[in-house]
Amino acid sequence: MGWVVFGIVTWLLGWRINSYLSHQPRTRFTALAVPVIFGLTIVVLWECAVRGFEINPVLLPAPTAIALKFATSIPTLWQDFVQTVIKGAMSGYILGCGAAFLTALVIDRFPFLRRGLLPVGNFVAALPIIGMAPIMVMWFGFDWQSKAAVVVIMVFFPMLVNTVEGLQATDHMQRDLMRTYGSSYKQTLFKLRLPAAMPFVFNGLKISTTLALIGAIVAEFFGSPIKGMGFRISTEVGRLALDMVWAEIVVAALAGSLFYGGVALLEKSVTFWHPSQRKSR
Amino acid sequence: MRNIGPILTVVAAIFVLWYAGAVALNASWAYDKAKRANVEITFSEMVADTMQQKKPKLPAPHQVGKEIWKTTGEMVAKGRAFSKRSLIYHSWITLSATLLGFAMGTALGVSLSVGIVYNRTMDMSVMPWVIASQTIPILAIAPMIIVVLNAIGISGLLPKAVISMYLSFFPVVVGMVKGLRSPDHMMVDQMKTWSATKGQEFWKLRLPSSMPFLFPSLKVAMAASLVGAIVGELPTGAVAGLGARLLAGSYYGQTIQIWSALITAAALAAALVAIIGVIQKVVLKRMGMA
Repeated sequence: MGWVVFGIVTWLLGWRINSYLSHQPRTRFTALAVPVIFGLTIVVLWECAVRGFEINPVLLPAPTAIALKFATSIPTLWQDFVQTVIKGAMSGYILGCGAAFLTALVIDRFPFLRRGLLPVGNFVAALPIIGMAPIMVMWFGFDWQSKAAVVVIMVFFPMLVNTVEGLQATDHMQRDLMRTYGSSYKQTLFKLRLPAAMPFVFNGLKISTTLALIGAIVAEFFGSPIKGMGFRISTEVGRLALDMVWAEIVVAALAGSLFYGGVALLEKSVTFWHPSQRKSR
Repeated sequence: MRNIGPILTVVAAIFVLWYAGAVALNASWAYDKAKRANVEITFSEMVADTMQQKKPKLPAPHQVGKEIWKTTGEMVAKGRAFSKRSLIYHSWITLSATLLGFAMGTALGVSLSVGIVYNRTMDMSVMPWVIASQTIPILAIAPMIIVVLNAIGISGLLPKAVISMYLSFFPVVVGMVKGLRSPDHMMVDQMKTWSATKGQEFWKLRLPSSMPFLFPSLKVAMAASLVGAIVGELPTGAVAGLGARLLAGSYYGQTIQIWSALITAAALAAALVAIIGVIQKVVLKRMGMA
C-alpha cells in the first residue's frame, strides 16, 4: 500500500510544481522542465502501481525491470537496430524519398501529368499501403531488402505529393522576375523554385521518418531472418517476455525521435529563412 | 472536373503497367512449366499463361477482380454473404474494429484537446508528449496490446479497437487544438463584451470555428484507424478480418487472395474517407463556412 501512496503523492507534487511553473512567464527553462517533470512522474507512478498492486510482470513490467533488461541485452538490441533501422528503414527511406523527389521534378514539367497524378497520389497516400508488406516479402525474400521495398512504397506518395505542392509554392511575381532576368528553366529551378519548395519537401521528409520505421517493423511480422525489431517483438510477445518487448519499444522510440530530430535539425539549417523557423521577436 | 481526363489517363496507365508487370514477373514460371512438360511455347502462349496462373507472382487485375467477385457478389447470390469464406464477412470484422477505434479515438482526442486548450498546465506538460509520440513507430506495440488484453480476458473486437484508437487520436488532438485556438483576439474579446461565460464561449465560438480543422484530422484519423485494425489482426494468428486474410495468404502463397484483400482494404479506406468528406461538406455548408 505504501508504494501506491508514494506514487500518488509524487504525482500530486509533480502536478503542483508543473502548475506553478506553467503560470510563470514562459521561458526556455519552463518549456523544457514542465514536460520532463510530467514524464518522470508518469514513470514513477507506473513503477509504484506495478509494485503496489503487484501486477504480474507478464502483463506490465515495471520501468526498472525494462531498464535492467535493456542494459543487459544491448548486443541483441543493437543487432536488431542495425537490421531494421539502418538496413531496412534507412535504405528504403533514402531510395523512396529520392525517387519521389525526382518523380516530382518530372511531373512538375508536365501540367497534364500533375493534374492526373496529384489526385491519384493523394488518394494512394490515404490507403493502407502497409498491406503490401506480405507481397514484398514474397518478391524480395525474408531479409532486409523486402523491408526496404515496403518502406519505399510507403514513403513514396506522401513525399511525392508534398514535393509537387512545394514546387508550386512560388508566386507569379517571383517567376516573372526570374524571367525578366532572362534565367533558364534550370536557373529558375535551382535558384527560386527548389529553395521555395524546401519547407514542403521537409514536411514530406518528416512524415516519412515515422512511416519508414513503421513499414520496416510491421513488414517483419510477415517473415524475417532471426533478427530485427519486428521479429523480436512478435517472438518475445509469443514467449510472454514483455520486458524484452518494452526494451525494443524503447529502442524504436529512441530511433524514431532521433531520426525525426535529425531531419528537423537539417530543416532548420536549410530553411532558416522561413517564417516558421525564425525566432519570435 | 477538368482534371477528369488526366486522372483517367493516369489510372489507365497504372492498369497497363500492372498487366505488363504481371507478364514480366510471371514469365519465368510459364517457361519453367513448359520446359518441364517438354513443349516449346510461343510468346503469345506465354502471355496467355501469365494471365491465368494459380499462384502468380503478380496476379493480373482481372484475376483479382474475379476473386473479389467470387468472394463477395457470388456469395451474396448464394445467400452466404457472412460465411467465413466471404470477403464481406472479413471486411465487416475489420470495419467494426476500425469504426469503434475511430469513435473512441475521436472522443479521447477531442476531450484531451479541450483540456489542453483550457488548462495551461496540461498544455505545457501533455502537448510536447503528444507531438513527440508522433515520431514513434507506435504500431510496434500492437502485438503486445493484443496479447496483454487477451491475458486479462479481453479479446475479439476491443483489443483491435484500442490499437485503432491509439493511432487515430493523435491527428484529432493536433487538429482540434489548432482549431479551438483559431478564433483571434477580436472574437474572444467580443464574446467577453457580451459577458459570455466560459461554456458559452466554448459552444458558440471555439467549437464552431474548430470545425474546418476537425474534418481533415478526422480523415487522417480514419485512415490510420483502418491501418491499426488491419495490423491488429496479424498477431491473433489469422482468425478473421482483412489483416488475417493477408497473413493467411502470405503463409500459403495465395497471391490472388492477398491482392483481393488489399484492394478491398483500399476500397474500404477510400469509402470511409469519402463519407467523412461528404459529412464535412454538408456540415460546413450548413454552418456557412464553405
